Amino acid sequence: MSAVLEGHTTDHHHGPAKGLWRWVLTTNHKDIGTLYLWFSFAMFLFGGTLAFVIRAELFQPGLQIVEPNFFNQMTTMHGLVMVFGAVMPAFVGLANWLVPMMIGAPDMAMPRMNNWSFWILPFAFAMLSSTLLMDGGGPNFGWTFYAPLSTTYAPPSTVLFILSIHMMGISSIMGAINIIATVLNLRAPGMTLMKMPLFVWTWLITAFLLIAVMPVLAGVVTMMLMDISFGTSFFSAAGGGDPVLFQHVFWFFGHPEVYIMILPAFGVVSAIIPAFARKPLFGYTSMVYATASIAFLSFIVWAHHMFTVGMPITGELYFMYATMLIAVPTGVKVFNWITTMFKGSLTFETPMLFATAFVILFTIGGFSGLMLAIAPADFQYHDTYFVVAHFHYVLVPGAIFGIMAGIYYWLPKWTGHMYDETMGKVHFWLSFIGMNLAFFPMHFTGLAGMPRRIPDYALQFANFNMLSSVGAFLFGFTQLLFLFIVIKCIIGGKKASAKPWEGAEGLEWMLPSPAPYHTFTTPPEVK
Amino acid sequence: MANESNNSEPAASTENRREDMASHPTYYVPEQSKWPIIASVGLFLTMYGAGNMLIDSQTGNKESSAHWILFLGGLTMAYMLFGWFSNVIKESRSGLYSPQMDRTFRWGMSWFIFSEVMFFAAFFGALFYVRTFTVPWLGGEGDKGISGHLLWPEFQNQWPLLTNPDNSLYPGASEVIDPWKLPLLNTILLVLSSVTVTIAHHALRENKRKMVIGWMFATLVLGFSFLFFQAEEYIHAYNELGLTLAAGIYGSTFFILTGFHGAHVTLGAIMLTIMLLRILKGHFSADNHFAFEAASWYWHFVDVVWIGLFIFVYVF
Repeated sequence: MSAVLEGHTTDHHHGPAKGLWRWVLTTNHKDIGTLYLWFSFAMFLFGGTLAFVIRAELFQPGLQIVEPNFFNQMTTMHGLVMVFGAVMPAFVGLANWLVPMMIGAPDMAMPRMNNWSFWILPFAFAMLSSTLLMDGGGPNFGWTFYAPLSTTYAPPSTVLFILSIHMMGISSIMGAINIIATVLNLRAPGMTLMKMPLFVWTWLITAFLLIAVMPVLAGVVTMMLMDISFGTSFFSAAGGGDPVLFQHVFWFFGHPEVYIMILPAFGVVSAIIPAFARKPLFGYTSMVYATASIAFLSFIVWAHHMFTVGMPITGELYFMYATMLIAVPTGVKVFNWITTMFKGSLTFETPMLFATAFVILFTIGGFSGLMLAIAPADFQYHDTYFVVAHFHYVLVPGAIFGIMAGIYYWLPKWTGHMYDETMGKVHFWLSFIGMNLAFFPMHFTGLAGMPRRIPDYALQFANFNMLSSVGAFLFGFTQLLFLFIVIKCIIGGKKASAKPWEGAEGLEWMLPSPAPYHTFTTPPEVK
Repeated sequence: MANESNNSEPAASTENRREDMASHPTYYVPEQSKWPIIASVGLFLTMYGAGNMLIDSQTGNKESSAHWILFLGGLTMAYMLFGWFSNVIKESRSGLYSPQMDRTFRWGMSWFIFSEVMFFAAFFGALFYVRTFTVPWLGGEGDKGISGHLLWPEFQNQWPLLTNPDNSLYPGASEVIDPWKLPLLNTILLVLSSVTVTIAHHALRENKRKMVIGWMFATLVLGFSFLFFQAEEYIHAYNELGLTLAAGIYGSTFFILTGFHGAHVTLGAIMLTIMLLRILKGHFSADNHFAFEAASWYWHFVDVVWIGLFIFVYVF
């Protein structure tokens, strides 16, 4: 397994088709992975633009630029676009590119369905975005779309919002089924489950989470649709229903959803840290079990998002303690990454910079999560900028840095060129500074009581908000540099060897760079 | 798994790749396909048309053309389903079907059914939540009963809920469906149909094709009778009992659970009809008939959901 599998450079069959139809009709996992990643990046810029509107409005106190209703549409769409359009498709794109190569499979198990999973998304997001231009405006009730804001008091376009969520759900479920079938069924001979790279493991578990909770999301938006259009009273107490019921069902989906957005990043980081520490991953088996434990726990902690809604005290206590349990498997993972680095021959190329920042900053987000898990304390933090700071710390330096680390790490394999290391490092440091400048002050404004989703604020929050806005704009514009680096790397640059990273492990590095259009048509033997 | 060689590897393929793979016959990667993009366009038109129809009816737009978009979407989806499945069936019958592909289909169908289970779980969860917490609290009982006292002091906790907290806004039903009449009959029909489809499956495995056709026909008669009686029940509920979607939380949970179940029975019955048509055309063999098996799995799934419905929606 040490030599490059030369046989794969000679392509027995055709390469990619010519022209634009290649991308529309393709069944190739690498093409579809590329489509997912570009789509995700486009949505990242779109969602970022919406965030610019939010941060521009909040640059100074008072109503500056937009109407409050439009501000609400911005916060809502920013959340929806980033969660469903940027983060989730980016991980599916990474899975498409990497899972078959990592397990020695020729493609995904269901290549045509794979194409369908992707091509639903541009239509779904076109429909979702079009609501912004409709009479009454787009969704303005926050990305969690709590009833009755999203039912009784919602704009007419909410129906299209609901149906676009259905489309995203169909896409996610098919994508997840495909990944599970691929991992369980297409592994090369000798690739036992406990030999799989952690990225494959984390995605296997993520796919299970997706299949378990996307239908629940479909269920809750269906009930919304029934309340809006067909006169039911699921979320109306006047008819014997309950708005709190909405929150329970939504968060039964929502909590596993946040792990869907972080578990694949755990897998990426678990590949990168050993490579740049030049040591095998510490505690592989415990990493697998920790991931599975986190996934299990994600199903039984949902109501910690609703401590202030008026649950019975037993509910508050149960959900508080259960939530704190999550710190145990997560701690196992963080300590394993640190122990992997301990006494390693560390170098800090761009992927490692992002991965190291991931470990540190994600842990900060984890700690603020632990603070929020304490029910009595949450009564102070709830719906403040402290919550905004918390989830941006786990999503930006967590999910997004994980994705970027992965892209830098595997870009030589995908393109056959090395990216510009200096520019990569500049990209990292500007992102790091911008992101911390944007989100760290939110901890302070939140603890002091600044409410989220409000376009105006009291004067004492002015300085911190101005800093946040400067940081957000720095972070946002820095991503154009990322776009430039990636395009530059696709066009040219230093030739990448089959294994450009000294300490990298795994089947994908046995293939030449760039990876041929069809790989592992003959399964490799794994020892 | 890849070195499990399959000696019955087909000679049907026209591509070089197949020769290349002769020693490793387990993988089949299909060529480019037009079906997924047609499916995406069809799904989009269906959703966009349906959504705009609802919006236009709410906002009172008389010149709505959304129903045409929905119609076009439906046609596109029908064309896609027919074409895509024909494609897969042709591939399978030309001998491309391999044990590896068989396992992929099995995993795919199992996880699809699991996703459906979770879809119903959301509605069952809603039913249990309102019955255990919401309605008692609104009736002034339990931990959170205080709000019920303040909002609607007259409201009484009961299930089935016939008088809603605000009964002028959501007029409750006068009566609910008697479980021991039509629902019991429907339970018997659906359980019997699960038995008959299993007999048909065993017959298929023993290659007794006449028996398969007979038992499949019986399954379909039972399945469509179920749907007929379900429609009958809905008409009865709407016209005589005042049990409607707008009859408060009882009507809401009743119709969403039985309605989605009915939609799934319809889908399952269509699947089984296609299986019967394929058997009549001479498709399937004793050891290669996963499509049939998948349809029967689905049928058993809707049967199990019905048992849950019968117990928790109708009886208790």
